[in-house]
Amino acid sequence: MKNKLSLFVVIIFLSFCFVIFYKGLNKPNTYTPKTSIEKNLPIFKAKDFSSNISIDSVNIFAEESYYIVNIWASWCVPCRKEHSFLMELNKNKSIKLIGLNYRDNLNNAKKFIYELGNPYTQILIDLDGTLSVEFGAYGVPETFLIDKNKKIIKKFVGPINKKIVEEIKLAVK
Amino acid sequence: MKTLKIFLVIFLLMGFSQQKFNGNDNELKNKILKNIRCLICQGQSVYDSESDFAFSIKLIVNEKIKEGMSEDQVYKFLREKYGDWIIYAPKLNKNTYVLWLLPLLLFLAGGAIINKNLIFKK
Repeated sequence: MKNKLSLFVVIIFLSFCFVIFYKGLNKPNTYTPKTSIEKNLPIFKAKDFSSNISIDSVNIFAEESYYIVNIWASWCVPCRKEHSFLMELNKNKSIKLIGLNYRDNLNNAKKFIYELGNPYTQILIDLDGTLSVEFGAYGVPETFLIDKNKKIIKKFVGPINKKIVEEIKLAVK
Repeated sequence: MKTLKIFLVIFLLMGFSQQKFNGNDNELKNKILKNIRCLICQGQSVYDSESDFAFSIKLIVNEKIKEGMSEDQVYKFLREKYGDWIIYAPKLNKNTYVLWLLPLLLFLAGGAIINKNLIFKK
């Protein structure tokens, strides 16, 4: 009886360990960001792309409107791919687009905008990538949707597409 | 001449204390960077990585230490931005109970088995 009980305990214990390790094996070992968690908008200072004047984030997001912060760079190939969708979003009057030019050569960035059009209300310079860290970004392109209460309500990692544009339009309605 | 000597001693002491302060800051910075995971690398800490992401995190950590943030405050700041995954040593919460308590349970169970066997042998 005692032996049976010990065997039972050992089997339960081994099964428990198996379940834990099996679950661990199925879990991806790479960073998967949470895309729909409400976060406060970071407070920062950044230089304006065209005037090179330092501006406070409070002044950048001053209007009671939905904002989109898009992190982009002229050297980023997917950014070219998503640019037409940003141009489409620019037509929506309830959204203001803020561009964050990430670790870029300013001349190349200006050429990029000249060539593909400017969908942004304002472009900020992030020469060392620290501004992107304030937003919780870890690459380009990344897009953040900010509501009227100045909360980041959605994060899109990678280039935006038709489906995401529709999702954003629906969210700001 | 005597005044000059006093000034020289004060100047050297100030330089030494400044160096010591910078040294402490560097030690803290390296300790923090070694405990932060590079999110775009495979199995590398930010300290070991040369990626763009690691470069930006190194600058941010340096800035936060200069602002007077403690080690825990820097971790808290990064957790708020990227979640628990960015820190190598996870905090004790409902998702990590098993991780923290399983080794302890195994240790206690092992101890109990050894103890029981020794008693039986006696």
